[in-house]
Amino acid sequence: MHPFALSRADDPAKAIAAHAIDPQLAFIAGGTDLIGLMKDRAALPKRLLDINSLPNMAEIDALPIGGLRIGALARMSDVAADMEVRRQFPVIAEALLFAASGQLRNMASIGGNIMQRTRCAYFRDETDGRCNKRNPGSGCAALHGLNRNHAIFGWSQSCVATNPSDLAVALTAMNAIVIVRGQAGERRIPFTDFHRLAGNTPQRDNVLGRGDLIVAVEVPPNAEARASHYLKVRDRASYEFALVSAAAAIATDRGHIRSARLAMGGVAHKPWRLTAAESGLRGISLDDGDALKSAIAASFSDARPLAHNAFKVELAQRVALRALQTAGART
Amino acid sequence: MSQDPKHVLANTAGDEVAIEPLTVNLTVNDQARRVTVEPRMTLLDALREKLTLTGTKKACDRGECGACTVHVEGRRILSCMTLAAMVEGKRITTIEGLEQNGALHPLQSAFIEHDGFQCGFCTSGQIMSGVAMMGEARAGWPSAATAEVRRPFTLADLSRAEIQERMSGNLCRCACYPNVVDAVADAIARS
Repeated sequence: MHPFALSRADDPAKAIAAHAIDPQLAFIAGGTDLIGLMKDRAALPKRLLDINSLPNMAEIDALPIGGLRIGALARMSDVAADMEVRRQFPVIAEALLFAASGQLRNMASIGGNIMQRTRCAYFRDETDGRCNKRNPGSGCAALHGLNRNHAIFGWSQSCVATNPSDLAVALTAMNAIVIVRGQAGERRIPFTDFHRLAGNTPQRDNVLGRGDLIVAVEVPPNAEARASHYLKVRDRASYEFALVSAAAAIATDRGHIRSARLAMGGVAHKPWRLTAAESGLRGISLDDGDALKSAIAASFSDARPLAHNAFKVELAQRVALRALQTAGART
Repeated sequence: MSQDPKHVLANTAGDEVAIEPLTVNLTVNDQARRVTVEPRMTLLDALREKLTLTGTKKACDRGECGACTVHVEGRRILSCMTLAAMVEGKRITTIEGLEQNGALHPLQSAFIEHDGFQCGFCTSGQIMSGVAMMGEARAGWPSAATAEVRRPFTLADLSRAEIQERMSGNLCRCACYPNVVDAVADAIARS
């Protein structure tokens, strides 16, 4: 790795002020993504500020209105093992358990998980150089390269990468809120607004700026969460990023869907919420496979596959269907 | 880290990076150790190069293979993705620290009995991972192989599929996986 300075933060306000004035400073928590980016020279911060000692940021607390507040420094494994997370939001526990390995889940923080950068091989490869996310203005090697793992929704000529976080897909379906503390105080960012589409500025994955520190993620209660499920399809059975994944949750009334939540991973630059499908699923019987399929298909009319990933359009619809049916079995 | 964080924060605005060596105090295999490292030195390199504990192996150095697995405060982590200076004051256990009073850990014995390795390069990582994994299962942690995460997990639920999933962060180039799973299953049955 390149040489850098390292110090430890003990006060959030000072950490935020240091980050705000210093574009060469990066926060580090678990380090599982940042250290890898540094080894691949995709991130070259001159100063790291270790935020692991900041107080009251690793707890999982019940919210007064129901639901949970998960501290940004809580580790993936602790959140996945938490009985309240498992009972109230099984989709979140499952998304965490299907990610990475036991060792990495013990290290990686919740704040870092939703900040992780794409696994696009051209972005991670320091030798190619044509990546607008790594070197703005250099082009996108994946657009006409090997793009089997890339986006089918919302991509631009600048970038066709996907977001790799499983957790982010579940949090999108649950309408979670990212609690960010900046120099002007705390603000609440709805999860669907946290990540960005690539547009002409793919170097920016999310809406955070200098001096922003994620302190927690809030998951408000909802009628569908208890019957929820995360389904991940990948090239290996374990320890691999998703080709396509789905977070599904439903509330039913005598076997018919009263309301549904559906979000997908591996298909876009951000977790992809299937709002058209969610509307169409209302009132459908869980046993009516054809009706479920048609409702899901409504969210795929704007799919734009690349040269090597047309299979994802069909695969994603099947994954969405199975995730819904498995969630339905939990009602 | 022995540096005063306030002192460092006061100097973060300049472009020049003054990199100071950091003195790190660790408890490694129950012994107090002090090492002086560059901030960029990983725990893996500190263990191997500074403390000559070469049982922990460096293979991919990218967090992909698990060969460098050690325990920090009893939890399995990847030492190649951990900065040595970020584990100041922590309790580290490596493969050299598993035996007790000259007797191998039950999982070490099980690896020998079940032929859980061929070339041996991944073995210390496999065993460190397996020992911690047994603790995670005992603590009731579910896995991606757990059919129903909403229910408490017990050791009785620890099937072969569970062991395979929980050990998937440790790659074996010789593909000794079936014997690794046998060794872990046997060690759990005997404990």
